[in-house]
Amino acid sequence: MSSITTGVYSRSYRRDFALRRTWLEYARLALALAVVALAPFALSAYWLEVSTQIGIAAIGAIGLNLLVGYTGQISLGQAGFLAVGAFTAGLTTIHTGLPALAGVGLAAVVGATVGAFFGLPALRLKGLYLAIATLASQVIITWAIIHLSVLGAAAPLAILEPTSVFGWTIDGKREWYWVIAGVATVSAVLATNLFRTGIGRAFVAIRDQDIAAEAIGVNVAGYKILAFALSSAFAGVAGALTAYRDTFLTWESFTFEVSILYLAMIIVGGLGSVSGAVYGAIFIIGLQAVLQDASGRLEGSVPFLQQNLPGIQLIIFGLTIVLFLIFEPKGLARIWQRMKDYLRLWPFRY
Amino acid sequence: MDAFVQLTVAGLADGAILALAALGFVIVYKASGVINFAQGHFLLIGAYILLAAIVDWGLHWSLAVLVAVGAAVALGVVVERLVLRPLVGQPVISVIMVTIGLTYILLGVVLIAWGATPRAFPAFIPSDTVSVVGAEIGENRLWAIGLVVVALVGFGLFFQRSRQGIAMRAVADDQQAALAMGISVRRVFALAWVLAGVSAVGAGLLLANLTSVSLDLASFGLLVFPVVILGGLDSVLGAVVGGAVIGLLRQYSGFYLDRELADVQIGGIAENGIAGTAELVPYVALVLILLVKPYGLFGQRRIERV
Repeated sequence: MSSITTGVYSRSYRRDFALRRTWLEYARLALALAVVALAPFALSAYWLEVSTQIGIAAIGAIGLNLLVGYTGQISLGQAGFLAVGAFTAGLTTIHTGLPALAGVGLAAVVGATVGAFFGLPALRLKGLYLAIATLASQVIITWAIIHLSVLGAAAPLAILEPTSVFGWTIDGKREWYWVIAGVATVSAVLATNLFRTGIGRAFVAIRDQDIAAEAIGVNVAGYKILAFALSSAFAGVAGALTAYRDTFLTWESFTFEVSILYLAMIIVGGLGSVSGAVYGAIFIIGLQAVLQDASGRLEGSVPFLQQNLPGIQLIIFGLTIVLFLIFEPKGLARIWQRMKDYLRLWPFRY
Repeated sequence: MDAFVQLTVAGLADGAILALAALGFVIVYKASGVINFAQGHFLLIGAYILLAAIVDWGLHWSLAVLVAVGAAVALGVVVERLVLRPLVGQPVISVIMVTIGLTYILLGVVLIAWGATPRAFPAFIPSDTVSVVGAEIGENRLWAIGLVVVALVGFGLFFQRSRQGIAMRAVADDQQAALAMGISVRRVFALAWVLAGVSAVGAGLLLANLTSVSLDLASFGLLVFPVVILGGLDSVLGAVVGGAVIGLLRQYSGFYLDRELADVQIGGIAENGIAGTAELVPYVALVLILLVKPYGLFGQRRIERV
């Protein structure tokens, strides 16, 4: 936490609860924000696209971490809730012509409602049984998209109008990047602040020991449903952004594999940490992008590698997850913390 | 009536294969508390090794089965030793995730070794049609049911009679007491993974025989989850019953429910009728049963204390 060796001492509880307590931490925050804001000027088109995807993934991963990392309810269905958001936004825009902002808001609300509904089994189920019940939600939502004609029935839905907010039309990759980076930042701030309130503490209490939490007066049932709703609301927003940016919607963007990808993000990044979710999104989406990029560069030079690229990508991806879990189960957030500690104490060991 | 008999046999055959795959899953869960997401991919690898042994290397099918079982044993031991053992004591979700990581690796290996094109499985199990109560039924489905029954009896005898089987039950019952009695818990864990691999090879063989050898075999493996949850994660009997129920539900809903719903038109929502309920019904049944019986039909109820 601290950035000077003797510790940081506050004179009021307000200061003590602050998210950033030293000027160094503020400086680091400003630097990070500046890098995020100015990145489009330095990145090529390909990496700008990747960064935008990272932004969307970060929103979804923050939502999932709220549920899995903080509340301890394993969910294998995040992509289903992304789909709910995406299709809500898409249908709103296509059928009613309401502005995109209303679409995003509606996506969050509908996402939360559907999430709360599929969270109902959590009242009676725990751990692995719950994990597989959420798998059912994923299958049911995907099935609905493929088989109901209102949701396109396997043919992609297209959003024809350009997206605009308060008269400003979002066109061009840079603009989309800024919008999504902005929403991701707001999501991160909201989630971080949530865990400074009673609600957030109730979530953590349920994760650590739900029976004890109930004994001290936490409404376990209510907070479990709330966690599902909040998590799916984040997913809904991420889904809506995907819909408006891609302008077409198909079930293939929201498969079970995508749910797994989100789970991989929060595990690699660090369970129960908002920044961990962001690091995880950067790492997983970035890893896929690097593998993709490498395949482009290898064009023709190494025939074996090139022929078997899909397979090799899968193996590298799988190995990364397995090795991470074996060697650093607490994820990137922990590694980052260790690096900071090392620098802070340098040249001493402790 | 003909259709009903056909559907029942087809459903029981699917269910038998599912039960066999689910058995491996339940054994691993009972012994070591690990949810093995890679069970479907074990099945995939098993089917491809059999295919390679028979078609590419020209082995007799009995030798090929031995080769595949040997490969499954090796895979089980390697996975347990290298991947699962370092994670003992880690939270459930890490263990789930590591088996998911494993699925990517196995899928990648299959892609590199055999490519993505589906291939026909060499027919060494007779597939003529026979007439049962007036309905034409593929003999291979009957073989599948019969072979699974034999395999289940074999597993049952192993758990009832053999020293290793009894040791496994002891570990599943109480790990510390088993340790105190001098049972090597490590060896039991390894054995559980070996059995999971072997049961997956069996299921892979039978499934590939009914369909073809393709990457889709792994997604059939995902159906293991409704099966084991329905029966209860830690119940061998549950795996068998759950397999039969899910297999039959899929066949019946794919035929009867689809036929009923084909003309249903809900204005604006489903204009062309509803199809493909076979994929949906197992999971709906799963959720409904969990709401009534949170530990499945035969699962052990856990009493938690703080």
